[in-house]
Amino acid sequence: MAEKVGVYVCHCGSNIAGTVDVEEVARWVGENVQDVAVSRDYKFMCSSLGQQMIEEDIRSQGLSRVVVAACSPSLHEKTFRQVCRKADLNPYLFQMANIREQVSWVCQDKAAATQKAKRLVAAAAERAKHHGPLEPMQVPVTPATLVVGGGIAGLQATLELADAGYPVYLVEREPSIGGHMAQFDKTFPTLDCSACILTPKMSEVGQHENVTLLAYSELEEVSGSVGNFKVKIRRKAGYVDRDKCTGCGICSEKCPKKVVDYAFEAGLGTRKAIYTPFPQAVPRVPVIDTDACIWFQRQKCRACEKLCPAEAIDFDQQEEVLELEVGNIILATGWKLFDCTRLPQYGYGRLPNVYTNMEFERMCNAAGPTGGKIVLRDGKTEPETVAIVHCAGSRDASLNTYCSNVCCMAALKFGHLVLEKTRAEVYSFYIDVRTSKKDYEEFYQRLLEEGMHFVRGKVAEVTEAGRAPFEEGKLIVQVEDTLLGRQRRVPVDLVVLMGAMEPQADAPEMARKCGISCGATGWLTERHPKLDPVATMTDGIFVCGACQGPKDIPASVAQGAAAAARVQGMIAKGTVTIEPITASADEERCSGCRMCISLCPYGAVEFDADKHVSRVNAALCKGCGTCVAACPSGAMSGAHFTDKQILAEIEGMLRGVAMPEDAAHEEPRRKTETVSA
Amino acid sequence: MKYAYYPGCSLERSSVAYDVSVREVADALGIELVEIDDWNCCGATEYFSQDELVACSVVARNLSLVDPELDQLIASCAACYLNLKKTDRLMVEHPDLNAKVNEALAAGGLSYPAGRVRVRHLLDVIHSDVGEAAIREKVLRPLTHLRVAPYYGCQVVRPFGDFDNPEYPMKLDELFGWLGADVVDYPAKTHCCSGHMTQISEVQAFELIRRLLQSAVDRRADMILCMCPMCQLNLDAYQRRVNGYFKTDFRMPIVFFTQVMGLGLGIAADRLGFGKEIVPAMPVLEDKLGPGALESVA
Repeated sequence: MAEKVGVYVCHCGSNIAGTVDVEEVARWVGENVQDVAVSRDYKFMCSSLGQQMIEEDIRSQGLSRVVVAACSPSLHEKTFRQVCRKADLNPYLFQMANIREQVSWVCQDKAAATQKAKRLVAAAAERAKHHGPLEPMQVPVTPATLVVGGGIAGLQATLELADAGYPVYLVEREPSIGGHMAQFDKTFPTLDCSACILTPKMSEVGQHENVTLLAYSELEEVSGSVGNFKVKIRRKAGYVDRDKCTGCGICSEKCPKKVVDYAFEAGLGTRKAIYTPFPQAVPRVPVIDTDACIWFQRQKCRACEKLCPAEAIDFDQQEEVLELEVGNIILATGWKLFDCTRLPQYGYGRLPNVYTNMEFERMCNAAGPTGGKIVLRDGKTEPETVAIVHCAGSRDASLNTYCSNVCCMAALKFGHLVLEKTRAEVYSFYIDVRTSKKDYEEFYQRLLEEGMHFVRGKVAEVTEAGRAPFEEGKLIVQVEDTLLGRQRRVPVDLVVLMGAMEPQADAPEMARKCGISCGATGWLTERHPKLDPVATMTDGIFVCGACQGPKDIPASVAQGAAAAARVQGMIAKGTVTIEPITASADEERCSGCRMCISLCPYGAVEFDADKHVSRVNAALCKGCGTCVAACPSGAMSGAHFTDKQILAEIEGMLRGVAMPEDAAHEEPRRKTETVSA
Repeated sequence: MKYAYYPGCSLERSSVAYDVSVREVADALGIELVEIDDWNCCGATEYFSQDELVACSVVARNLSLVDPELDQLIASCAACYLNLKKTDRLMVEHPDLNAKVNEALAAGGLSYPAGRVRVRHLLDVIHSDVGEAAIREKVLRPLTHLRVAPYYGCQVVRPFGDFDNPEYPMKLDELFGWLGADVVDYPAKTHCCSGHMTQISEVQAFELIRRLLQSAVDRRADMILCMCPMCQLNLDAYQRRVNGYFKTDFRMPIVFFTQVMGLGLGIAADRLGFGKEIVPAMPVLEDKLGPGALESVA
């Protein structure tokens, strides 16, 4: 019996109709593709009226297949599958053709775009005829959650879940949780002390009965899928027994080896070879830096071991790999600071009194290396003039195109601290001052009143080459003041570069491990930038905080809580629906060669030794198709991606090749302006 | 290592010292320079603002004359480097311009497929293709105690230069580090030499030149190293006028980097064009590098 296919071509307002002649596409498909019973176009197919139209057609015309030509299936496939279900048609008998992202948004020539749309729709219709009904599976959700990253976003997510009564594993790469926020002195715009609002959360996480804190550990591997992930966590050897250590701190105090602390103190201060990053660290268990430790380098010392009252030092400790089962994973892996030496014209690393924003945070911090005193690199001279250079590495086509979002407010905060702690004049060199959140603009006004100077212009260079006697011994900030319309040279003593927020160096690797992606600027990609900002394209993997894009503390906290809420919803529901798009083995044809087992990246194929055949565990199978392509006897087939379906799709696509109009519409390729780096 | 070579007009007249020292250094480093046969003007600074199509055609003629066996062209003059590179790039990016330029070339029986020749500055070739190890090996007279201020100027690093940081280049600094010199951190290294401002408004030019000289003096540099004939001329030839105008007493030798590099490679000063400069460099060199510093090292 022939199928009855209904084809629905969407205008998407002018999004598609502006570039594709949708009426023509609907007409052509109706006349030229076999078994098409209905072919319509409509302004907005996803609207309730559009959906109703499809539903009524299915019922009144007895449609057995539905094709919608509209946007990307990642946006509305679900919507239309739902429509089919409502009309008692199995949702997997539906197929979507993407004529927006793949046609109208990327084409300029209307005739050519219309041709391309026809082919895609014909392909979808031919494919749909070979679809079969499929039923999604329900699997239970493991209630435990893995949170990766113990900065403020990860802490918030952890606490929300733990307080709701669900178990959480919190993995942190550094010896202590706290993240960048632990390094800050004050937080804008309220100027409350960063540690004072952070450390209570840290200790709550450390003591929470539902939280398993895995500090000094890294996520190694993720397998399985939403509801039932299996993860491997590598616990690095810190050479201190976590159970015996009481956190008394005698080991660090007595350790004779001091090194520059490039992590927590941003290179401005020192720490011992056995250390906790800062006094309020959670956990309080120190770790040994083997590159610095005299024992590991020269087989001498062991002072910490001799002096530890709890006998917790263990030089033979080995790293271990933990295997955990979790239902969902929240990534809160944060950001790293832009390397300011990449702006050699600003002199960082060459001119001693040029600082990065993280260095200056530590300098302002009362618990920091200078005890909160703002001084030059010599450690004693107070500056008379301080320059704060915005957008160092942000909003620069050759470095990072994006705005780092937090630096304007941080610069204002620095301005306030300098004015409060010293008698210095403070200059801000900005492109635009961006203070758009609650109470931020008021803070800007406050600094204007406090007497911070604002010069609008991107700094050309910071140089020690003076031209006049009053410039001698100073750092000169050369800038075009775009409000005055002239060049200015401002002599200062200390320069703070507001370095950009950048994605972590291993963000792409983290994305790969979790089966998600990084965008063009390197940040982890959310499912939808507006409507689904904490989910990702992989179900059960969520992102929050600065790993998803530059963000300040309030925004990170909000996202941490949002991600936790999404996870709570999944746990509360108890089960998760798994797409039935999986492979299956035809036992008759399977020769038992087990090639599929060695290739399956998800460990989803099992071997039945009795029958000597492979069998797919549908709950683990992700439908990647590797086994289907590899199977030498053709025993493996991928539901919803059978050979028949794909060949029919190709046939539909190629049917347009012979169309005579094609050649006539070919235009010479447009000249494209390219700017090479 | 074999490259096509475009000397340019300055190197035949005002900057003979650059030309002879480039050839000596190239020879010592095993760089074979194949001079373009019958090369013509690069258009200098002015011509491009008069008529871009004609300017590009004039420059493209030089590119079309590059030996078909070779696909890399060395220029040592900053303006020539810029114009050759710019023309090739414009032709690659604008097919219509490319077509017109080739039409003009065809009238002379020539053609140039855009992008065929990679235009490189001599410093780039020395720094990257010869490289640190080979250069360190060839140093016969380490330039120890000689404090040099590396001056890049504008055209080599901006806007088409592609081998060094355009804001704060370091390749010349590094090269002279390998030669054993005491390289001063010269913050004015890319600042303006005043270009042709000497012809338009002398006073403006004098101030720009003064800043460059003063910055080198402040860093106790013995001499400024140039890689552009215009920079060298302005700083050297106008130094006396600058002194007169500002009542200063600059006596800063301004030489081409290849001249001093040649000394480091053991070549005698008289083969490197020393003596052509107006503020004498040789007494300083002898003073810093010791007796016999100007002789050849066998």
